Amino acid sequence: MSLPRNIKEQFPLLSQVVNGHQIVYLDSAASSQKPAAVIEAMNDYYRTINANVHRGAYEIAAQATEAMESSRERIAKFIGANSANEVVFTKNATESFNLVARSWGGQNLSHGDAVLITDMEHHANIVPWQILSAELGFEIRWIPLTPDGQLDLTSLDQLLDGVKMVSLTAMSNVLGTLNPVREIADRAHEIGALVTVDASQYVPHFPTDVEDLGADLMCFTGHKMCGPTGIGVLWGHEELLDSMPPFLGGGEMIVDVRKDGFTANEIPHKFEAGTPPIAEIIGLGAAVEFLESLGMADIRQHEIQLTKYAMNALNNRYGDELTIHGPRDPDQRGGVLSIEYRDVHPHDLSQVLDQRGICIRAGHHCAKPLMKLLGVGATSRASMYLYNDESDIDALVDALEPAGEMFAL
Amino acid sequence: MPGLDDLYKEIILDHYRNPRNQGELDSPPAHRTEGFNPLCGDEVTVTFEISDNSLSEVRIAGHGCSISQASASMMSAAVKGKSIDEVREVTRRFKAMMSIHEEEIGSEASEQTSDEVFELGDLEALKGVVKFPVRIKCATLSWNALLTGLGELEG
Ligand SMILES: Cc1ncc(COP(=O)(O)O)c(C=O)c1O
Repeated sequence: MSLPRNIKEQFPLLSQVVNGHQIVYLDSAASSQKPAAVIEAMNDYYRTINANVHRGAYEIAAQATEAMESSRERIAKFIGANSANEVVFTKNATESFNLVARSWGGQNLSHGDAVLITDMEHHANIVPWQILSAELGFEIRWIPLTPDGQLDLTSLDQLLDGVKMVSLTAMSNVLGTLNPVREIADRAHEIGALVTVDASQYVPHFPTDVEDLGADLMCFTGHKMCGPTGIGVLWGHEELLDSMPPFLGGGEMIVDVRKDGFTANEIPHKFEAGTPPIAEIIGLGAAVEFLESLGMADIRQHEIQLTKYAMNALNNRYGDELTIHGPRDPDQRGGVLSIEYRDVHPHDLSQVLDQRGICIRAGHHCAKPLMKLLGVGATSRASMYLYNDESDIDALVDALEPAGEMFAL
Repeated sequence: MPGLDDLYKEIILDHYRNPRNQGELDSPPAHRTEGFNPLCGDEVTVTFEISDNSLSEVRIAGHGCSISQASASMMSAAVKGKSIDEVREVTRRFKAMMSIHEEEIGSEASEQTSDEVFELGDLEALKGVVKFPVRIKCATLSWNALLTGLGELEG
């Protein structure tokens, strides 16, 4: 039912000492730590079967290809995809979004069309559309937020008018808000629009099924789910991916190249130009295996309990001196807490916490339109994952008070 | 390992809590310039008046972390009433101190002692910021804004 108590021991970094304190890592929404199993899987690849994939006829090249493709299958099953062909490897979620915008958007959007996003999107799901819109002249619309940081769907029908793509996050990386993706997807589909889901903060923390979400395309990133950096995923229905033109051109993504043109490869290879990040793909496969061994439902339960504990502890100790942005109910949000504490600027707060080995993030979290709505330049964000426990939260709660004293106006 | 005491010297916290020369002058006639740190959202507005080739009045407005606020306040105190040439020289010295190359800081500091006019004085308290490289931009925000403002006047 619950996660093993000694789970931290499986993450070598979490036993590091920083500024004289054992590290308290509360920045997993930015990037998660990696279990030894992932680090070893990548090392093993380099030590025993390092070779380019899909090319050599020799033994280790075949093994490398097999290891990479079995990672793809594992990841496909993990998110409820119908087949491994629906899993395209990219560099990160950001590249996945650029692929969607360039390839699907370039083919399907023009003046008079609209793309609907939300006021809580990460820049990765804003800027690629803005770049394309500057070229093609379609409109970008934004679903507004309620005061407690939920999507305000009261004018969704008007907003959807003329929309060809709805692209939204399943969970906010600033507010922790969980969005009703399925409800919005159903309404988008009624008017013939497609839906792209930003699952960067969702796949790492929730049992995920692309069909249940109602997604047509879904982007996520390996390094937030116990995997390495440099590897992301675009999932899409087979027919849709088939219909989309290539994104980057080069080796691997072709079946034939002539002087007068080229013939693109089948999916998913059509979208994977050049030598792929083989070790990273194998590492992500190992990360998925690790998450499966714990169970995503148990991971989610653990995070609900810990979020509840943290919100209670912060509110009980600091009352009106502290604000936590976003939804109040821990069942209705993820383990991401953006905090305002007295007048302490996020930079100063994170600096003071760092002296106690506590890692939180101060900044705009790549969501500047949302920061503007909140009326702040930056927030202090503590975010949790499967390896955090109550002692991490206690350290955070205890460290706020001295910071408050130091910067009292 | 640099500690918090290297960064948050008492005099810095004093300027943070009691910022000098706060507010905005009417512009025009005053000159107005803004600084913005896109990484943390810190903003500073510097308004200043020039008469007889010196910076006769300066005011600071905006919001930001203790380092950016204190540095702006200390800057206002350091440049007020100085000739434009002196303002440029103090700015140059301050920015040299904020440069991460230790040697450069050493040589700047030794030059300085021979030349009373350009003593950095209280500003020396900000020296510890270089040990925290991500905070250097906080400390230089208002100085860069002022430099931009002076540049606009000339250009
Ligand atoms: C919601 C969300 N979307 C997209 C991204 C982008 O991920 P990456 O930087 O790995 O491409 C992030 C992470 O920063 C995120 O939190």
